[in-house]
Amino acid sequence: MSTQIPKQTEESSETEAETDVASKGDERRTEKRRRAAEEQARRQAEEAEKAAADEDTIELKVFRYDPEVEGKQEPRFDTFHVPFTKGMTVLDALMYSRDSYDSSLTFRHSCRQAVCGSDAMFVNGGQKLACKTQIADLEEPIRVEPLPHAEVEKDLVVDMEHFYDQMEAVEPYFQTNEYPDDELAEQRQTRENREKVKMSTRCIWCGACMSSCNIAAGDNEYLGPAAINKAYRFAMDEREGEDIKQKRLEIIEQEHGVWRCQTQFSCTEVCPKDIPLTEHIQELKREAVKNNLKFW
Amino acid sequence: MSQSYNRGLIEDFSRWREFEAGMWAWIFHKFTGWVLIGYLFTHIAVLSTGIPAAGAGEAAIMAGEDVYTQTIVSLESLLLVRLLEVGLLAVAVFHMLNGTRLLLVDLGVGLDAQDKSFYASLILTGAITVASVPTFIAGAF
Repeated sequence: MSTQIPKQTEESSETEAETDVASKGDERRTEKRRRAAEEQARRQAEEAEKAAADEDTIELKVFRYDPEVEGKQEPRFDTFHVPFTKGMTVLDALMYSRDSYDSSLTFRHSCRQAVCGSDAMFVNGGQKLACKTQIADLEEPIRVEPLPHAEVEKDLVVDMEHFYDQMEAVEPYFQTNEYPDDELAEQRQTRENREKVKMSTRCIWCGACMSSCNIAAGDNEYLGPAAINKAYRFAMDEREGEDIKQKRLEIIEQEHGVWRCQTQFSCTEVCPKDIPLTEHIQELKREAVKNNLKFW
Repeated sequence: MSQSYNRGLIEDFSRWREFEAGMWAWIFHKFTGWVLIGYLFTHIAVLSTGIPAAGAGEAAIMAGEDVYTQTIVSLESLLLVRLLEVGLLAVAVFHMLNGTRLLLVDLGVGLDAQDKSFYASLILTGAITVASVPTFIAGAF
């Protein structure tokens, strides 16, 4: 089952070099380690066979690619059979595969509860958060691929640098030049204003929306749904004041800003936090028009 | 960053089997838009050939022997043209209905129902097209 390319040739030559100076004890230990590894590989293979025959297992097809190992540089799909347990998520299944079959299977994950936004993946043809996607809701075999419209670094890990650059481009932090009279006073937000920006604050920077957006795929300079949503969150925050709002509108009005959105609703469909991204982009478009159109 | 793998255009623009309603609406809208532009130019080109009819005598026009009437009659006698007219109607109706939908989307009205309004415009287009068939095809066979 394990698809690791055995690095035996490399290892054995190293061992030979070592034995020149190493004692007999070392030699024995190396031999023992090698046998243990073999034994483990055999056990894993047996387990995988058993799992494949078992009825209550799910079939997982996972995209594999590793630029650093010869023989893995050509992308391929590996099949893992994972015993199903109630409430199992795609991330659980991937972790089981990694822990039981192939420790080289690489993917990002951290909190496992849809908060950190590390594990956005392309599952059965849709951008999903692996830790939030129930196996029971998916059709088998489950295809797990890295996010489309991004370069693959290894297995399910993609390069997020461009996404982060776009997020930074909208200055995703609170700014204001209207301070309260008392320096220590809190900058309070009205309940209505909080309600307005509530959904937009839920973004976890997972990149699913950017990956699903066809416009972002064709135009690399397009800010993308996540960044525009971030701009919305601050542009709509009344505490920032007029000056800062003007600055924010200038950022989102630029050529590759909100006007690139063609309301395909792909981002809204895939957002794991159910942020109405298209709605926010449309509202910013209207803000931008209102800001520029003067009839007097 | 050592090395990365570019999976090519398909990964960028996604696979059509996995498109959602909004994506189909966008594709159909683009397609029907281009068809309408194409039709507009054909329309102008074909009708331009009938301009000399303006100088024809009143008698010729009444008798239907002028270039314009002749062109239209000969075109309408072709079954293919009749079928294309039905297609044109379908394309125009969809473009109008979906255009209205996009207008509402731009105004921020009913964004939650954007997929339903797309399906509704599809069904309406179908109904109107079917209803138009007797008018367009009458006497073509």
